[in-house]
Amino acid sequence: MGDSVPSGSDRNDLQDSTGDALASLIACPVCDTLHRDSEVPDGAQARCHRCGTVLLAPRAGAMTQIVLLALTAAILMVAAIFFPFLDLQAGGQHREGSVIGAILAFSDGWMMPLSLAVGALVVLLPLTRLLAIVYTLAPMAFGWRPAPHAERAFRLAEGLRPWAMAEVFIVGVAVALVKIAGLATVTPGFAFWAFALLVLITALKDTFMCRLSVWKTLERRRAP
Amino acid sequence: MEDAGTAPGALTARAAGLVACTQCGRVHPLGTPQCRRCGSDLASRDDTSLQRVWAWLFAGMIAYVPANLSPMLLTSTFGRTRENTIIGGVFELFDHGSYGVALVIFLASVVVPIGKFIAIAYLALSVRSRGLARGHARQRLYEVVEFIGRWSMIDVFVVAILSALVQLDFIATVKPGVAAASFALSVAFTMLSAQAFDPRLIWDSYEVEET
Repeated sequence: MGDSVPSGSDRNDLQDSTGDALASLIACPVCDTLHRDSEVPDGAQARCHRCGTVLLAPRAGAMTQIVLLALTAAILMVAAIFFPFLDLQAGGQHREGSVIGAILAFSDGWMMPLSLAVGALVVLLPLTRLLAIVYTLAPMAFGWRPAPHAERAFRLAEGLRPWAMAEVFIVGVAVALVKIAGLATVTPGFAFWAFALLVLITALKDTFMCRLSVWKTLERRRAP
Repeated sequence: MEDAGTAPGALTARAAGLVACTQCGRVHPLGTPQCRRCGSDLASRDDTSLQRVWAWLFAGMIAYVPANLSPMLLTSTFGRTRENTIIGGVFELFDHGSYGVALVIFLASVVVPIGKFIAIAYLALSVRSRGLARGHARQRLYEVVEFIGRWSMIDVFVVAILSALVQLDFIATVKPGVAAASFALSVAFTMLSAQAFDPRLIWDSYEVEET
């Protein structure tokens, strides 16, 4: 990243310039400080001069890596839904719990909306986010033009980020295991490991992702 | 960079008569309704930001009251039914010697929600009076609040998992209590409150000094 734009620079000049000339500037999303947008070498980071927010952190081959990781996480998510999650044994009784079971735990009576919310936070929103990322970035990884409405899909993916709570759920499972431990024998099933792996992969993918780089690439590829 | 709040010579998009996209960083002439690069709605400063912050924050605080007073978990073991509030659950885990898990639940369900109420209220108030704390400290506080909010949902998920799994007729059954719903609402409202906050407001108060 170049320098921040000095306050002494000619404001009228900036103001009168057409939209295209403004493309050479970039504003920090957190504190609004203007910077000159220059190429950042792969592996380097550009931080805001004023507030220190990371503006750009491009990596070589990041698009391909993100697409593959997101795809893997999505497949694991589908597997985690259908396979047994935890296996409970106590006093000769045997019970298998699945992710769907945990979602439906609130489903009888007036707590029904909470069931929907848990289903959305744990499965639906993380899965939507992964698919939106694949939809946006897969054409980028292949070097194609962006898919139709790719911008909308990536905005959706970024908006869903705080609401995709798969990793919170897996910590909840760990706590639940400890709570039951005295009462019954619990063994984690296939879906438990699939879910834990998907959380790790999602976290890894998010550290590779550089939002501003994705937007700049989208814009460049969209241009005729 | 030590106190970049007053870094000499930094020009903001607003001071330059421009409007910046908070999603992708693209800069536009003032008055442009939508970002050319990513299509997000543009606003130089969101005038309704603080109103929405306070509205969601109060909603979150109100929902947090029944979340603590009513039972979170109804456990029946060998015919006896016990009701546990959030705090009650923490004490029970502590009694059983599960100190680590008790601490996790206590942090996620008590310390983080209350800390978030205070932190968001402080951030929203500090926007009016500059110099309460340096921009960097408040910026860091905002990032922590945004990052940590979702982790409060742990207890709701624990209740969901236990209710689904522990259905062993006479030996033990677990049912969710009212508090699970109001606690989930409280967390969601507080997350919306934090998202409504425009971090650019933190840095705006320094701009008068610079120019």
